[in-house]
Amino acid sequence: MTIQLKVNGVSHEFDVEPEAPLLWVIRDELNLTGTKFGCGIMQCGACTVHVNGEARRSCMLPVGSVAGAEITTIEGLGANGLTPVQVAWIDHQVPQCGYCQSGMIMAVSALLKTNPAPSDDQLAAAITNICRCGTYPRIRAAVRSVAGA
Amino acid sequence: MPSRRMIVLSVLGAAGALVVGYALWPSDRIARANKLDAKPGERFLNNWIKIASDDSVTVVVPHCDMGTGIFTSLPQMAADELDADWSKVKVEAAPSDPLFANGALAEGFLLGERHMGLEQIPAFLRGTAANTFRTIASYMDLQVTGGSSAVRATGLYGMRIAGAAAREMLVKAAAARWDVSAEECSTRNSRVLHAGSGKSFSYGELAAEAAAYEPSSNPKLKSRAEFTLMGKPVARLDIPTKVNGATKYGLDVQLPDMAYAAIKISPVFGGKLKAVSVGDVASRRGVKQIVRLDDAVVVVADRFWRARDAVAVLNPVFDNGANGQVSSASITARRAAALKGTDLKTDVKTGNGAAALAGGRFVEATYQVPYLAHATMEPMNATALYQNGALEVWSGTQDGLGARAFCAKTANLPMEKVTYHLLPMGGGFGRRLPGFFNYLDYAVRTAMAMPGVPVKLIFTREQDMQHDYYRPNVMSRFRAALDGRGMPVAWVNDYTTDDDPNPQAHIFYGIPNQEIRAAQVKTHVPTGPWRSVEASWHGFFVESFVDELAHAAKMDPVAYRLALLAGSPRHHAVVKAVAEKAGWSTPLAAGKARGIAMVESFETVVAHVAEIEVTPEGKLKVDRIVSAVDCGMAVNPDGLRAQIESGIIYGLTAALNGAITIDKGAVVQANFPDYEMIRLRDCPQIEVHIVETGAPLGGAGEPGTPPVAPAVTNAIFAATGTRIRDLPIRNHPLAMAGLAAPSKGSAGQSPAGN
Repeated sequence: MTIQLKVNGVSHEFDVEPEAPLLWVIRDELNLTGTKFGCGIMQCGACTVHVNGEARRSCMLPVGSVAGAEITTIEGLGANGLTPVQVAWIDHQVPQCGYCQSGMIMAVSALLKTNPAPSDDQLAAAITNICRCGTYPRIRAAVRSVAGA
Repeated sequence: MPSRRMIVLSVLGAAGALVVGYALWPSDRIARANKLDAKPGERFLNNWIKIASDDSVTVVVPHCDMGTGIFTSLPQMAADELDADWSKVKVEAAPSDPLFANGALAEGFLLGERHMGLEQIPAFLRGTAANTFRTIASYMDLQVTGGSSAVRATGLYGMRIAGAAAREMLVKAAAARWDVSAEECSTRNSRVLHAGSGKSFSYGELAAEAAAYEPSSNPKLKSRAEFTLMGKPVARLDIPTKVNGATKYGLDVQLPDMAYAAIKISPVFGGKLKAVSVGDVASRRGVKQIVRLDDAVVVVADRFWRARDAVAVLNPVFDNGANGQVSSASITARRAAALKGTDLKTDVKTGNGAAALAGGRFVEATYQVPYLAHATMEPMNATALYQNGALEVWSGTQDGLGARAFCAKTANLPMEKVTYHLLPMGGGFGRRLPGFFNYLDYAVRTAMAMPGVPVKLIFTREQDMQHDYYRPNVMSRFRAALDGRGMPVAWVNDYTTDDDPNPQAHIFYGIPNQEIRAAQVKTHVPTGPWRSVEASWHGFFVESFVDELAHAAKMDPVAYRLALLAGSPRHHAVVKAVAEKAGWSTPLAAGKARGIAMVESFETVVAHVAEIEVTPEGKLKVDRIVSAVDCGMAVNPDGLRAQIESGIIYGLTAALNGAITIDKGAVVQANFPDYEMIRLRDCPQIEVHIVETGAPLGGAGEPGTPPVAPAVTNAIFAATGTRIRDLPIRNHPLAMAGLAAPSKGSAGQSPAGN
């Protein structure tokens, strides 16, 4: 079945089952590998992308359910230069292995659109992505610096 | 399992005397390195440094990037000695080739073990010794990243020397051009300067001539006062491509006409595939082949999700033998029996040993820790292509050269027929060290069954969690005798081990009579190094029991430790520092308490003070962890802080929630809901304080982990009077001192707030 998908502003058409998870369509059909596979059950957030501006975990999201939507991946986020969140991530030396950070940055970026200055508690309630390197203290500091800007 | 340190030492002991007689990196090796790894315009000056005509300096690192920052701290060390302009410094992983085996690592461990510096080797032997270590490393296929060894071994014995040697070669080349003596020349910002004439050359202009000189294995190193990059919080070189999705991990390999593989491994370790009924799976869309391995079934398809969904519906039958009856309870019973038995190996005996127990007030306690999975964010994966009798493999591992040798052995091919591409890892923590390469094994065997097709095999999270090499389940019993003042006069510790006795059980506390014994208990559950290895369990055991002794003596836990550390000034200084920084003696609000623990691991001493709160409902919150670290010198202080923060979160996750349990021979937990990670909401405030006592360089990646669990459980005891002797904490009902414990029904509540 042919599915139409708009990713990072570009429209694509694929012959793919509508139940195929968006994550694997992005990675394996479009070769956009910045979005990561972590758990496959929407627990860790490594696969977070924006669907019509909202943070969504893509590993269980059927591609058929987002046909026609505007999808943004980490590759599209900073396409016109690094965003303030990405800059803050560098300034605060957040990433270690870096594997979860695409999802982390996508999740935080979506949160800041609706709540530009979250408190630590609001941040912790909204961002439930897992980082095994334990970069949480630096994520907190980086978000504070963006929120205060 | 034997510690990595012991493996390295035993191999060195066997081979060390045999291999002598060549100069360090003679020109034929440099020519080979240039052929193998120099891009146009670049040339090698010695093992680890390339300089190009455009003045760029590339530091070639014989390690892999798993996130610890060594792809910045190691270049810092080389570039500082080289007097390179940091803005022109790049970093690359060394090719997985014996030419780039990490001799400095072998050297660092051997010299470190003998408490020798390179300068203590007689001058005329130094070049020979350096080459010997490199040769041994290539025999061992050694490019390991583990043991918190990169900075203290590769950096100290490799990178600094390589940088300084290259600097000397550049100076010689400039002096020859000017026809002046080398002593008249100086270096700064990637230029050689001649003060007398005011002339200068850039390193790029001199590289070709400099490369003709023999690199010295004994160059003059900078004194600390001369450092320009070491000791500075330099920004990490790898971070910019980790905020925009550009870093390519093993999972991200893309090849033309690539196929994807999903696997179902025998749930019971060691089970053998008896039969699998394929049914209509072979005719599902995209499925290319179903590969039967001796202990697994693999579906290869044109897309990963198709392979994954197809393998999920297969019901392979495995022959599990007796292992199918094993459970966590049966393993625990065996460990308990082993400690009560007579087959214990004595590792340490001082004074009168256990006999001295009779002489004082007796204290006894038994502790236990569970199996733990590594749960790297990037599930295990590898991509392999077998065609025309040659094998090519792409994967992130903690030892590129070792991985290449492993793949060659698996495929029964000579090393020359195997190419290995080492990629950055989404977390390592010991999971991807040599000896623990099951993902490479399955990927290579699958690719061998499909010649000509590049196959990317990815473990689902469930396969990753259920086919790990786990932090061992360990039990440890302590007995002590206290004198009239409450100080221990006898310390007797019996613990179980999967393999050899653990040096990490040795203590730094001044106790006259000690006996430490190990009882070996082997099970079918595969175990392996997990961030901080033995220290992750002995740190919890020793620091819990010392705390129990302090309370038995009715003494403050910090004062008690300081008294016992009078003969260990370094450990004494770190405990004192953390107590001061944490405000140990200042009172806390009701319901809050502090706990302390100090562990030395990987030559670094770390002490944490945990500040916790237990609500009247028995809910635990870890508010703050204050840490003091003595790793000799912080080559990159911000990088060190990041590693200690990381080690704390890793250890706290395990202490609060971590347990892998066994039922009917297989792992029960499958994914994050039943193997819970701490997240932002559970992350305490963390403060890291760097302490210097003049000690040699120690590691950074692991030593932050071991003291976390005991600092937290010691704080819980201070708050509630409940002594937690087996982890994780979430299995225990907590209540404030003086309040009734909650009923068993609420005991399973996660203290992490789930």
